Amino acid sequence: MDYTVKIGGAAGQGVQTIGDSLSRVFSRSGFHLFSNQDYESRVRGGHNFYQIRFSNGRVYSPRRPVDILIALDGETIPRHAGELSEIGSAVYDSKALKKQYDDTRFVDVPFNDIAVEQGGDRIMANTAASGAALGMLGMDIGVLIGVLKDALAGKPRKVLVSNERVAKAGHEYASMNCPRCSFSLPGEAERKMVIEGNEAIGFAAIGSGCTFYSAYPMTPSTGILDFMAAHAAEYGLVVEQAEDEIAAINMALGASFAGVRAMTGTSGGGFSLMVEGLSLAGMTETPVVIVLAQRPGPATGFPTRTEQADLLFALHAAHGEFPRVIFAPGTPEQALRLVNKAFDMAEKYQVPAIVLTDQHYADSRWSVEGIDPKGLDFHDYRLRGKEFQALEQYRRHAFTDTGVSPLAVPGDARHLVVTDSDEHDQDGHIVEDAETRREMVAKRLLKKMPLIEAEIEAPEVYGSEKPEVTLVGWGSNYGVMREAVDALGKRARIAMLHFSELYPFPLSSKSDYQKLVADSRLAICVENNAGGRFSRLYRAETGYEFKASINKYDGRPFTLEELVEEIDGHISRL
Amino acid sequence: MATSADYKGQTPAWCPGCGNFGILAAFKKALVELDIEPHRYVISSGIGQSGKFPHYIACNAFNGLHGRSLPVATGLRLANQDMLVCAFAGDGDCYGEGGNHFIHAIRRNINVKLFVHDNQVYGLTKGQASPTSMPGMRTKVQPFGVLAGELNPVAMAIALGCSFVARGFSRDTDQLADIMERALTHRGFSLVDILQPCVTFNRINTYDWYADRVYYLEPGYDLDDRVSAFEQALEFGDRIPAGVLYRDERPTYEESIPVLAEGALVGRTFEPKKLQKTLAEFY
Repeated sequence: MDYTVKIGGAAGQGVQTIGDSLSRVFSRSGFHLFSNQDYESRVRGGHNFYQIRFSNGRVYSPRRPVDILIALDGETIPRHAGELSEIGSAVYDSKALKKQYDDTRFVDVPFNDIAVEQGGDRIMANTAASGAALGMLGMDIGVLIGVLKDALAGKPRKVLVSNERVAKAGHEYASMNCPRCSFSLPGEAERKMVIEGNEAIGFAAIGSGCTFYSAYPMTPSTGILDFMAAHAAEYGLVVEQAEDEIAAINMALGASFAGVRAMTGTSGGGFSLMVEGLSLAGMTETPVVIVLAQRPGPATGFPTRTEQADLLFALHAAHGEFPRVIFAPGTPEQALRLVNKAFDMAEKYQVPAIVLTDQHYADSRWSVEGIDPKGLDFHDYRLRGKEFQALEQYRRHAFTDTGVSPLAVPGDARHLVVTDSDEHDQDGHIVEDAETRREMVAKRLLKKMPLIEAEIEAPEVYGSEKPEVTLVGWGSNYGVMREAVDALGKRARIAMLHFSELYPFPLSSKSDYQKLVADSRLAICVENNAGGRFSRLYRAETGYEFKASINKYDGRPFTLEELVEEIDGHISRL
Repeated sequence: MATSADYKGQTPAWCPGCGNFGILAAFKKALVELDIEPHRYVISSGIGQSGKFPHYIACNAFNGLHGRSLPVATGLRLANQDMLVCAFAGDGDCYGEGGNHFIHAIRRNINVKLFVHDNQVYGLTKGQASPTSMPGMRTKVQPFGVLAGELNPVAMAIALGCSFVARGFSRDTDQLADIMERALTHRGFSLVDILQPCVTFNRINTYDWYADRVYYLEPGYDLDDRVSAFEQALEFGDRIPAGVLYRDERPTYEESIPVLAEGALVGRTFEPKKLQKTLAEFY
């Protein structure tokens, strides 16, 4: 089984509330799920949707066919009825939409009347809609009642009682009035954990010892700020809403210099403002983790939509030469590992580490299996307390074989910790001479770079071991490429090569991935951008030029059907 | 006890006669007086002749970017509230490039001591107008004279409700050291705007020009009255008031953040145990 529920409505109508409730119902009933959101840059009105795909096996991407369409506004049915699957039905309230559809695919459920009659308030129409969807699916109402209990904890008991009645009435009404509904769902299985992309980043940061997060709100990175703030009291985090992104990164650098693990997050526009601070991190060798959650540009672009156009920007941003690492997780499990690795490498090598995501990753939710904090590494590379006091002499930027100087916590010993954005000597004081400059560049860049490079893992290969068709992509396209490989496995020997550790570019000595690409009859680079940012990087690093590419740049993620169709077209032309 | 010799830094690259020398001397005096050893405090500075300050005195130092001394100082202080955090900036640095941070550091009342080397001109870039340059001042870039009005930092700070606002004059080292001591011991964000002649590029606001105008507030001056302090701060012309202009003893930002009540962030040990509990939120 593999079903999709889509909820459409105006901003402020409760699309997200219904989506979140149903997601929890599915995951608690033991289903795997993947959900994504499509919303406009406005607080009220417009047309938004929330799509939940659920299955008894792991799912990673959105699909086009919709099995249950919940229409909260008049635009949902005209826009999305064409997406209904063969067994699909839409549910709507004809009185609320002031429109009647005489077609058995459209089930008229009086959400508002049920809410008023059973609950005493129209505000519970969303609960009626959630109940109705479960009635159509033939699912028990009990799990939804449990979800409502948790969501309404702290509210007066009568609110819960009313919601329960409304949910049950919606459920009953829809199950009696949907003759077409014939979904077959397996029995309950063990409940699944569901995590949102941004939550996984926040969780991983806290689990990596991050205690300082400074940011300026910007979609789609704001979820991280929300997560960190929500857990500030519990974990003793300082979460600071900065006056601008310039302040955000400079605060993070100040906190890091003081001796704590610090992170900031933003989207492209805010990252543009952080660029000088990024260079400052490079020069002062101050560890910092920066989350760049991409959205379509240029400028304000599509504020609430998705794109992968900032890869080369993240790579080349900032003046001067210094090492950095760039990771792009495609799933929450990858985020857990890579955010942890970003903190570790940032501190170990005293460099900035960028975690590059996008709106599709940030706002999507997955049922997951590999989110276990036991897998997180924590090694404190800083020189503190007695260890620092025991030194006879301390030089913040001392020359060493590795280029990595001891990173001390100022104030822990009588030794002074000095750093400068100007070129400096080993003590951190300003210099002008050529020789120190040469040695410092060698220390910061040339000596560290091979060590950093050696820690970068090879891309993940999924599918055929000897593929004739290879899909190559990065970041949030992990899921849709992986499922496309599954879907096309009978049609061709096909594999996916997914890059989540993007820079330094994985060494060919790590795996024979470059040979895999070169030996394929057809290698297709799949990206959510127009100019092939990754394929350019791949060519620059390996010399290989992709002859086929699939680029989507309308601000929307690939659906599985869409990608499969595109790949199929390429295979047919072979 | 620390002595002046303990604070010896690099040899300054400032012009002979630069007003910055008086600031350096006064700051050392204040530190000796308060017995603050070099490793007990940190200076965050920006870019300009003021940005070089932490190299010329023994201290922990983060000499960062132009205009950004305050956000770095804020991050430092939030991570380590046991450390005395000072920011040294210039008039172009703090009131121009970093103006937004100035506003919000005051709003937060982060316990950072801000010392602004205010010479009413850009020195490092060789003589352009700064936000505090007086209208009419001609420079290579302002051939018709400065057309914009000058910013009054102390009046602006009082208008914003800054916790401690003072003005000093770099030639009067003793008075400046005294003002600095009061700023360093004040609990809350402290601004000391220091009039400091640029002997190379500012031919208007010279030592004599300031000396003829600067006067110190009487001992009986009421520095807790915001409205009268604001009126006093508006005076800038034939007479220029110096000393502590305003004080508001409200709680600092650090004191208001509940998680910092347990102690400085930097002293905490990593406890991954709680993570299992957080995982329960995802079901």
